Amino acid sequence: MAAISFTVNGKRETVNVTPDTPLLWVLRDTLGLTGTKFGCGIAQCGACTVHLDGVATRTCVLPVSAVANKRVTTIEGLSKNRAHAVQRAWIEEDVPQCGYCQSGQIMAVAALLAKTPHPSDAEIDAQITNICRCGTYQRIRAAIHRAAKGV
Amino acid sequence: MSAPARVSRREFLETAGAVGATLVIGFQLPITGRGAGARAVGPFAPNAWLRIGADDSVLVVVDRSEMGQGVTTALPMLLAEELDADWTKVKIESAPVAKEYANPLFGMQGTGGSTSVRAAWTPLRKAGAAAREMLVAAAADRWKVDKATCRTERGAVIHPVTNRRASYGQLVAAAAALPVPENPSLKHPKDWKILGTPVRRLDTPAKVDGSAEFGIDVKVPGMRVAVVARSPVRGGKVATFDATKAKAVPGVHDVVQISSGIAVVADGYWNARKGRDALTVTWDEGPNAQVSSASISQLLAQRADDKAPVARHDGDADAALASAVSKVSADYELPFLAHATMEPQNCTAQVRADGVEIWAPTQFQTGAQGIGAKIGGVPPEKVKVHTTYLGGGFGRRFELDFIQEALETSKAVGGAPVKVIWSREDDTQQDQYRPASFHRLRAGLDASGQPVAWAHAFAAPSIMVRVFGPGVIKNGIDEETVEAAVGMPYAVPNVQVNYALTDLGIPVGFWRSVNNSFNWFVVESFIDELAAAAKQDPVEYRRRLLTKAPRHLGVLTLAAEKAQWGTPLPAGRARGVAVCKAFESYVAEVAEVSLGSDGQPRVHRVVCAVDCGPVVNPSIVTAQMESAIVYGLTAALWGEITIENGRAKQSNFHDYRMLRLAEMPVVEVHIVASSDAQGGVGEPGTPPIAPAVCNALFALTGKRIRKLPIGKLV
Repeated sequence: MAAISFTVNGKRETVNVTPDTPLLWVLRDTLGLTGTKFGCGIAQCGACTVHLDGVATRTCVLPVSAVANKRVTTIEGLSKNRAHAVQRAWIEEDVPQCGYCQSGQIMAVAALLAKTPHPSDAEIDAQITNICRCGTYQRIRAAIHRAAKGV
Repeated sequence: MSAPARVSRREFLETAGAVGATLVIGFQLPITGRGAGARAVGPFAPNAWLRIGADDSVLVVVDRSEMGQGVTTALPMLLAEELDADWTKVKIESAPVAKEYANPLFGMQGTGGSTSVRAAWTPLRKAGAAAREMLVAAAADRWKVDKATCRTERGAVIHPVTNRRASYGQLVAAAAALPVPENPSLKHPKDWKILGTPVRRLDTPAKVDGSAEFGIDVKVPGMRVAVVARSPVRGGKVATFDATKAKAVPGVHDVVQISSGIAVVADGYWNARKGRDALTVTWDEGPNAQVSSASISQLLAQRADDKAPVARHDGDADAALASAVSKVSADYELPFLAHATMEPQNCTAQVRADGVEIWAPTQFQTGAQGIGAKIGGVPPEKVKVHTTYLGGGFGRRFELDFIQEALETSKAVGGAPVKVIWSREDDTQQDQYRPASFHRLRAGLDASGQPVAWAHAFAAPSIMVRVFGPGVIKNGIDEETVEAAVGMPYAVPNVQVNYALTDLGIPVGFWRSVNNSFNWFVVESFIDELAAAAKQDPVEYRRRLLTKAPRHLGVLTLAAEKAQWGTPLPAGRARGVAVCKAFESYVAEVAEVSLGSDGQPRVHRVVCAVDCGPVVNPSIVTAQMESAIVYGLTAALWGEITIENGRAKQSNFHDYRMLRLAEMPVVEVHIVASSDAQGGVGEPGTPPIAPAVCNALFALTGKRIRKLPIGKLV
């Protein structure tokens, strides 16, 4: 066990866990932030994506010790009242079906748009590799373009 | 529930209680006199779909599981339409387990078989219409006017002549005292304002801010998290185990044996997982230790012949084959498939002496209640089932294995609430798979290339036998497994279908579109082979054989037209088609494919036509077709669970590959305007995609794909 401090959604947190615990499980089980999801545990599906110092990061294989003193943003902290352009575009396009992967999709897309405000389809294909088993990909693509236009 | 669109039952009752009145309508209640209405102001009434508060809130209790297919929007739309509700005021709540919420098509509370809208179509509209009539009557009484001179719109009763208006919330106290009309009249479809429109889903807001509560997110005071070690050989059991090292892992509280294996119970998932890794278990591998994909293939191929029990017999296929001008034969083989729901299996349960509580992403509430009662040793009414959102279902969550594990573990640790979480590897390797199957097809053609005989013999395990036992077998046949093979829609005078029910030792389960997924692949591949043998266009060939199947013909014609069938494509591309009927809906798909420089197929465009009868929400129907196509396409391209020494070889997304955004074809969905019998939409889009793609690859390369997945062959 070790005390590890980092910032989550603007708030300083100190957790006392075994240092190899993936950030995902610290967020979910220790801090109660369950919007970030467990999908595969091997960084394949992206359901666990958060922003780590602004960069989209898969947290299921990231030991919490690696985020000491860093800044983490989860889906819960992306905006107040679903005001982020990506969330608004997701609502406009009625993207989610089961919804389980969507926190990760939205975080990945928000990070993409922060760096590349008007991504081409090829850039979207290369950057958004999260798995959606409901097959919402067509609406995800439409929502990304909508968000890029500011909804 | 933290989701903004959902109101907890307690919150609702507190609100309703504070303002004094609630109107409750439940249409499956025995409705006589003041039945349901009179209870409204009184205590909690769980057997009801609608509660209107004095604050004008409209709460719809949804008695089907939301797994992405849109029931938490479609079912409230049915009720809200007839109620003339203000759609912006509609909130949703998940139903508890209760007889009133049984699926009328199953006689049990469960979600599957693409039944939800069909089953709710009349009862939920009547529930809304009855409430509306009561509210109108209450307003007419208050205003001393003839109720026929009142009308309703967006959550209010209006008396146009005197320009008076009362919101539903202002009328609930009076309406609740009125008798519930037994047979309220329903609107003519031309008067619909909500039904048939693409209103946005009610569950979307909670699914874009992380607040939607899935099973894996459940938190109960005092809860532990368990990870279970199960026999890697399917059907194996614990021989011995040593928990010393597992118990030494920090955070691990208990290690207990349950019927499926050894549960390691800890303060959270990670420590439970580490505890399981530290466990030493020796397994009694049981009868399946030698089962492999090769032995399965061999057995199925041996058994798929015309000596197997007969499932369909028209005319004399053997004689017609013997005298046919030409003959075509082909063998097809399809693999086991895992469901791979995005949310791995999980369940939270608490087994106390005085009752059992279950929080689960389940498709089968009656089953959960039953197993809760059995393990808890309590009567069913002492079992509470909370249905969360489901992170994908696809039939996997009709099973009770993950619920049983949570119940047994909670009981074994003395009644603390326990959440069992499966890893992705557990989920992939301990699934009940879509059955593997082997099919022998033979056809005879006349001089013009028309089929005069069709013989289809196949071998596969039966899901129904695994789930419900051998009692489902009639004359050697389980009629579910042969659906689509028997439903082969083409006009052929001599048809024979034989089915050899074959247990392979590997458990099989309901996988989106179930037996339709393999039988339509075979039917739609083979009819394409016949068209090719007859040197005829695959669409025209089918059309001529579907003149007595108007709804099949309708979707086929529409899909072909919208796909510009027959027009030239760029070099290196080709189209293929397939049609199906499943769950009372009709779907045709045209796939446009090419081959990449790596020899892998690439699907560029899929044009889909669907006839599901009256449409509740076209946006949801479209989304379900897109979804079903992705599900079927993923399986067609790469899906395969192989077995070695009784163990599933694949374990996670690196070797059980999923389609991603870059591989997504453009999907265009066209809905047939139809007032014919209503069908489901969650599953019927899946069966045609694999044959449509394989038929397109044949058109492109001249090579037939008779064994799935495609990835191996091209």
